[in-house]
Amino acid sequence: MSPQLPKPSPESSSAGLYFNDTELTLGLPGATKSGTKRGFSDTVGLNLRGPCNTDHASNPSENDVSGDSKPPPAKTQIVGWPPVKASRKNVAKISKYVKVAVDGAPYLRKVDLEMYGSYQQLLGSLEDMFSCFPIRNYLNERKLMDPVKGSDYMPTYEDRDGDWMLVGDVPWKMFVESCKRLRLMKSIEAIGLAPRESQKCTSTSGSKSL
Amino acid sequence: MDSKRKKDSPESNELTRSSPFPDEVLERVLGLVKSHKDRSSVSLVCKDWYNAERWSRTHVFIGNCYSVSPEIVARRFPNIRSVTLKGKPRFSDFNLVPLNWGADIHAWLVVFASKYPLLEELRLKRMTVTDESLEFLATTFTNFKALSLLSCDGFSTDGLAAIATHCKNMTELDIQENGIDDLGGGWLSCFPENFTSLEVLNFANLSSDVSFDALEKLVSRCRSLKFLKVNKNITLEQLQRLLECAPQLTELGTGSFHQELTTRQYAELESAFNNCKNLNTLSGLWEATPLYLPVLYPACMNLTFLNLSDAALQSGELAKLLARCPNLQRLWVLDTVEDKGLEAVGLSCPLLEELRVFPADPYEQDVVHGVTEMGFVAVSYGCPRLHYVLYFCRQMTNAAVATIVKNCPDFTHFRLCVMNPGEPDYLTDEPMDEAFGAVVKNCTKLQRLAVSGLLTDLTFEYIGKYAKNLETLSVAFAGSSDWGMQCVLSGCSKLRKLEIRDCPFGNEALLSGLEKYESMRSLWMSACNVTMNACRRLAKQMPRLNVEVMKDEESDDSQADKVYVYRSVAGPRRDAPPFVLTL
Repeated sequence: MSPQLPKPSPESSSAGLYFNDTELTLGLPGATKSGTKRGFSDTVGLNLRGPCNTDHASNPSENDVSGDSKPPPAKTQIVGWPPVKASRKNVAKISKYVKVAVDGAPYLRKVDLEMYGSYQQLLGSLEDMFSCFPIRNYLNERKLMDPVKGSDYMPTYEDRDGDWMLVGDVPWKMFVESCKRLRLMKSIEAIGLAPRESQKCTSTSGSKSL
Repeated sequence: MDSKRKKDSPESNELTRSSPFPDEVLERVLGLVKSHKDRSSVSLVCKDWYNAERWSRTHVFIGNCYSVSPEIVARRFPNIRSVTLKGKPRFSDFNLVPLNWGADIHAWLVVFASKYPLLEELRLKRMTVTDESLEFLATTFTNFKALSLLSCDGFSTDGLAAIATHCKNMTELDIQENGIDDLGGGWLSCFPENFTSLEVLNFANLSSDVSFDALEKLVSRCRSLKFLKVNKNITLEQLQRLLECAPQLTELGTGSFHQELTTRQYAELESAFNNCKNLNTLSGLWEATPLYLPVLYPACMNLTFLNLSDAALQSGELAKLLARCPNLQRLWVLDTVEDKGLEAVGLSCPLLEELRVFPADPYEQDVVHGVTEMGFVAVSYGCPRLHYVLYFCRQMTNAAVATIVKNCPDFTHFRLCVMNPGEPDYLTDEPMDEAFGAVVKNCTKLQRLAVSGLLTDLTFEYIGKYAKNLETLSVAFAGSSDWGMQCVLSGCSKLRKLEIRDCPFGNEALLSGLEKYESMRSLWMSACNVTMNACRRLAKQMPRLNVEVMKDEESDDSQADKVYVYRSVAGPRRDAPPFVLTL
C-alpha cells in the first residue's frame, strides 16, 4: 500500500502560505481548496476537528499496490528521511516564520517573512488570510490621524527588544530582521503608536537596502 | 631494516626464488604501487610479494574499523605513515544509529603510539573522536602532519586547540560536517607565530567566530596554503583581505556572501578574485545574493568544481554564473535553482561529470518548488560525460530516466531520491521499476546505486540480472517480498555494501546471503521483517561474520529492528554498548 500522501497541486505555489498538514484542517468536507490559502471567514462557525489526516485530497482511485513496503506514518516525519545529512539541514533556504495574531480571533496563523519583498506584499497577504478583518493600510493614507473606525485593524509587530511597533517605519529588510511576531491590533487600541510622516513611510519600501 | 626483515621471513632464503629480483628491488618497485586495491592484489601473488608489499606499504585504508584490530594491522604493516579509517554504518548520518554506538579512535591511537610513532596522517570518517584523543594525538606523534575528520563526533574546539598548539609540522587540518561542540573560535589562535607549514585549512562547518586577526596572519605566513575554507562568520570584506594574502589558493570556501559593500570595496573584491589565477574549486557562498555573485566571474574560467549547496540561488543567477564556467566538471546545487537552472547547466557545462542537487526544504511535503524529471533530462542532453549524480526531487517518470541513461550511458554512481516514499511514476502512476531497469541495463559501469519511489521486486530482478559491477546499493521503502533481495544477493557478484531500510525483506532473504556476506564489507537492514532467530542462525553458521542487532524501544522480543552484519578478522566487538546485541 503506497502511502496516502496528498499530491502537491500546481496552484499552491503562492507565497509559501500553504500550511503543513499538521495544522488544524478546517476545510469543509469535499472542499477543493487544497493548496490555497484558507480564508479566515471559512473557518468561522465550523466545528473544529483534531489534526485530521483523511479529509485531504487523497484520491481514492490512487494506486493501491498490495503487499508492498510499509507506508510511513502519515503526515509525521520519518526518522532519517529524506536522507539529508544533519549539517545540510541548517543551510537550506532562509525562512523566517512569525506568528500572526488578530485581536478577536480564536487562534493564530504563521507567515514566512522571507517570502515577501515589501510591506505591500505582506499586508496584501495578511488581508487575504484574514479577509473578514479589514486591515488599515495606513501607508497609503493621506490623513493619518483620521478618526479611527472601530472595525479597522492596524498591523503592529513585536521587535527584538520586546517593544510593540507600528509596521512600516523601518526599511523592509530591517523589519524582517527584527520582527518577532505580528499582531493586528484593533485600531482603537493602536492610537498610542503614532505613525510617522508620510515621506518616511515611502522610504520604507525597501528599495535601497539589499 | 634489512636484517630485521630477513629475520622475520627466514623461509625466503631457503625457498627457490620465484622472482629474479632481490627483495630490495621488489620492495622498491612495489613501493610505487599506490592504490590499496592494487596492493591487495599484489600481496596475493606469492609469499615474497606479500612480504615486499607489507614492508613497503605506507598508507593503509580500513573501510570498517571493526573488521580488523589495530594490533593485527600493526603486525602486518610495520611502516605505516598514513591511516584512513571509517567507522559507523552510513545510515548513522541520518540518525538511524544511536549515540555512543562506538567506532572510537582512541584504542587505535594507543597502538599507533607504540607501533607507528612516526605517523603523519589520519583521515577519519564517521568515527567518535574525543578531545582527549586529539590531545593524545597532538602530543604523542611528533611528526604528525595531516588530520581530516569527516562526519565524526565526540570532540569540541578544545581538541582542535590541542592540535593547533602542539603539531609543529601540520600541513592539513580538514574539519568537515562533524557533530562537534563549538566552544568558541579561540583554537585558531593557538597556531604558534612561527608556524608556517599549513597547506590545507577547512573550518567551514564550525559556527563560532575565530579571531580574524589571527586568521589573516596565519594565512599570510603560510606561503604554501592551497586550500582555504572559512566559516560563515567571515565577511566579504575579510574575505578580500584573505585573498590578497593568498592569491595562490587552488580551493576556496568563502564565508557569508552577503554584506553591504561600498563601490570601492566591491571593486577590490572583484580584483582579488581576478588575482586568484589558480582557483579550481569554490564553495561556501552562504546567503549569496545576485548583487555580489558577479565578483566571482573573473575566477570562473578555470573552475572545475563549484559547490553551491550552501547558497539558495535562483535559476537566473545560476545561469549567469555558469555561463562563465565552461570548464566545470563537478557541480553541487540546491533545488532552488529549479528545472530552469538545470537547463542552464545543460547549456553551459558540456564537460560536466558530476551533478548533485540537494533539497532546500527536505521536510516540506507539499512544496511545489524544487526540481523535477525535466531538469535532470535537460542536463543529460547537454552533459554526455555525466557519470555521477545525486538527485533529490519530488516527482520522476520511467520515461525520463530511460532518456537520461540513453544520453549518459557512463554512469558509475546513480543516486536518485524521490522524496515521497513509495512515489509512483507521476504520469502513469506505475511503479518506477522500468526506470531502474533502464539504468542497470544501459550503464554497465555502474558501481553505486540508490533507488527510490514505488518499486516492486521487478526492480531488484533487474539489478541482480544486469548490475554486474555494482558495489554499493541503497534501498528504502521498496520491494514486495524476499525474492527482491534474493535476486540482488545472488546476481550482483561484486556487491560490497548493501544498506536497506523499511522494506518487506525478511528472514528468507537475509539467510539467502549466508555465503555472500563474507565477500562483502557489510549489510545493514533496519525496519524490515527480520527476526532475532534468523539473526542467531546467521551468526551461528558464519562465525567470521559479526551479526549485531539493535532493538527499538517498543518492539516485540522476536523482531530484529536494526541488523548490522559485517565480516571481521577481529572477532566480536569488545567495546559494544549495551544496546548493541552481538549474536
